[in-house]
Amino acid sequence: MSTEAIHADHDHHHAPSGIGRWLFSTNHKDIGTMYLIFSLVMLFLGGASAMMLRAELFTPGLQILDPDTYNNLLTNHALIMVFGVVMPAAAGMANWMIPMMIGAPDMALPRLNNLSFWILPFAAIMLIISMIAPYFPGGGTPINTGWTLYPPLSVQVGMGMDFAIFTVHLLGISSILAAINIITTIVNMRAPGMTYFKLPLFVWSWLLTALLLIMIMPVLAGGVTMLLFDRHFGTAFFDAAGGGDPVLFQHLFWFFGHPEVYVLLLPSIGILGMVVPTFSRKPLFAYKPLVYSMMMLTALGMVVWAHHQYTVGMSEAVTTYFMIGTILISIPVGYMLFSFIFTMWRGAMTFETPMLFAVAIVLMFSFAGVTGVMLAVVPADLQYHDTYFVVAHFHYALIPGSLFGIYAGVFYWLPKWTGHMYNETHGKIFFWWTTISFNLTFFVQHFSGLAGMPRRIVDYSPIFAEFNMISSIGAFSFGASHLLFLYIIIKTVKGGEKASDKPWEGAQVGTPGLEWTLPSPPPFHSFTTPPAIK
Amino acid sequence: MSNQPKSNRKLGLGLASIVVGMFGFGFAMVPLYGLFCDITGINRAGGTGRVAVSDVTMLGVDHDRKVRVDFDSTLNAGLNWEVTPQTTTLEVHPGKVYDVSYRVRNNSDHAVVAQAIPSITPWQATEHFNKTECFCFEQQTLQPGESADLGLRFVLSRTLPEKYNTVTLSYTFMDTNRDKMIRNAVSAR
Ligand code: HEM
Ligand SMILES: [Cu+2]
Repeated sequence: MSTEAIHADHDHHHAPSGIGRWLFSTNHKDIGTMYLIFSLVMLFLGGASAMMLRAELFTPGLQILDPDTYNNLLTNHALIMVFGVVMPAAAGMANWMIPMMIGAPDMALPRLNNLSFWILPFAAIMLIISMIAPYFPGGGTPINTGWTLYPPLSVQVGMGMDFAIFTVHLLGISSILAAINIITTIVNMRAPGMTYFKLPLFVWSWLLTALLLIMIMPVLAGGVTMLLFDRHFGTAFFDAAGGGDPVLFQHLFWFFGHPEVYVLLLPSIGILGMVVPTFSRKPLFAYKPLVYSMMMLTALGMVVWAHHQYTVGMSEAVTTYFMIGTILISIPVGYMLFSFIFTMWRGAMTFETPMLFAVAIVLMFSFAGVTGVMLAVVPADLQYHDTYFVVAHFHYALIPGSLFGIYAGVFYWLPKWTGHMYNETHGKIFFWWTTISFNLTFFVQHFSGLAGMPRRIVDYSPIFAEFNMISSIGAFSFGASHLLFLYIIIKTVKGGEKASDKPWEGAQVGTPGLEWTLPSPPPFHSFTTPPAIK
Repeated sequence: MSNQPKSNRKLGLGLASIVVGMFGFGFAMVPLYGLFCDITGINRAGGTGRVAVSDVTMLGVDHDRKVRVDFDSTLNAGLNWEVTPQTTTLEVHPGKVYDVSYRVRNNSDHAVVAQAIPSITPWQATEHFNKTECFCFEQQTLQPGESADLGLRFVLSRTLPEKYNTVTLSYTFMDTNRDKMIRNAVSAR
């Protein structure tokens, strides 16, 4: 064979161009990119709805939204952020990084991969229809239930709910397919020598996340299917008059919902497990116990769901069980944080943008852990439940715990993905801007919550006016900071200082992935022959 | 390398069967949940079943203690009845037998069979609230426009812990025809 022939053959396998490249892509990097872009678009949609909510709450009274529209936006905000932003972003990173990290040529089931991505845009369209359908004749009331979709209200609202239910089905299928693919890739496609306890923490975190997903998404799908049947086919799964029980839905929802918060959290913990050692220039402290603690978190996380339902009238024995289980969870969670702190301890630390996020996450996420333990205590929770204290708790858990973890990952891997360095000054400005405005928005909600301000209500007592004004100002600033984020990303994609194969000096300590052995950006097919692991 | 796609498919299918299993588990929760609650009594609300008067009055009446009992009612969606507690609040001595009644009226144009489901707040008082006779033990049928006084005879037992001074008894009235209506609606489709 002549050299030209080899070359031609090689070109033949190269990236197809045009729209077909994206529509029919089975390439893990292209699919990863599409996931990340989808997530970024949804971030702005979910953000826009949050801005409207905060504008309404800027002062007491009704200004721009009527109560049903407010609650519809609130429901959509949560569904978009959870299912449209955090999960796809984490899945996008899994697609991009896992094959490269473990030395695989691609994902194990590439065509399935294409399907699990392309379901998402349809789900997003369904979700948007669910929101506008009520404003057409015969549409009924908007979805005013909140993302928990509790019956009986969710059985009574208009046809928007049917679209929301189908959205949940589609999203569920998409993430189940992605999860199956990820587990199969990690189990079957590791390069020779890449043993389980050499896996980068990010890969471990996704293995456990994917396991959780295949256990919980089907239960949510079952729950909303029953809801659909109660709405249209006269069943009474959740209707007491027909022998059902509305509380059953809460159990099904939270059986999914509590592990779901770990689905959102774990990939970001995995990212921290890459970022912290890199910029501390020290291997991850106690890697193996850290993996065990993630396993413990996964297992415990499956059996504590009813801490969201202390007020529905369960017996004392049952609430006590769920209380103890929930408090126990703070042990593995605390362990992870200590592991990161000890990795930093006496390391040669530098504070590039990903590391700034990592340090801030450790601080702010600990705070969520503390409020979480407060909420876990039954007598205290009876007071805090359904107030802004809970809102503050889960925004401290989710924004640092998942979203900022993803931002850390974006800044960490952007040079690898694009081949260009981002502008470090811009990155740092974004970090400080977004972190300060986040705290401004949500810190005060602890106080308004403790003072008794209920959540999910369009109006509030004037005694909470100052807290809410501060929150709204913080929120507008937090929202605006993301324009800079978008600018940084676009600018880095378009050009910038050339990134080397290993742009971070400390990126190879401990249990790194193999991504740093590839050029930046990596070739269309990463590893055609399995790399050898020392 | 060459046998990899095959083992990928195998593992993928294995994982998919877990998915199917968990979907089934969700539906299995429906009967299991009811069973679990029955066995453990976790979700039990509404007080003891029918008890004999002699069982709860043998300790005698506690004339020194007074407990306030509030009566309340709710209509479940779709039941076109009017329900009014004839007594809304009562000061009772533990150990003594009392009679109260609820006036009900069927405002719909067809006969309705309804069932009242009791619930007691605070729930800790539930096991100390004894009903010797109650309309909630049976289903109640009313013809269109018919009204009736439904009676309840109860004894608050002397074992009620001292810290509870107020107990609320609330009934939710439900249309039992719903089941049949559903079946008709489904078969008419
Ligand atoms: C030590 C760890 C944690 C504990 C003990 C804990 C405990 C709790 C409890 C008891 C509630 C229910 C409060 C109520 O509704 O009255 C709650 C709500 C919530 N938590 Fe946590 N939590 C922890 C960590 C997390 C993490 C890591 C996340 C997500 C990344 C999270 C996300 C949420 C969310 C989203 C809700 C509210 C759900 C809703 O009602 O809409 N939590 N948490
Ligand atoms: Cu939870």
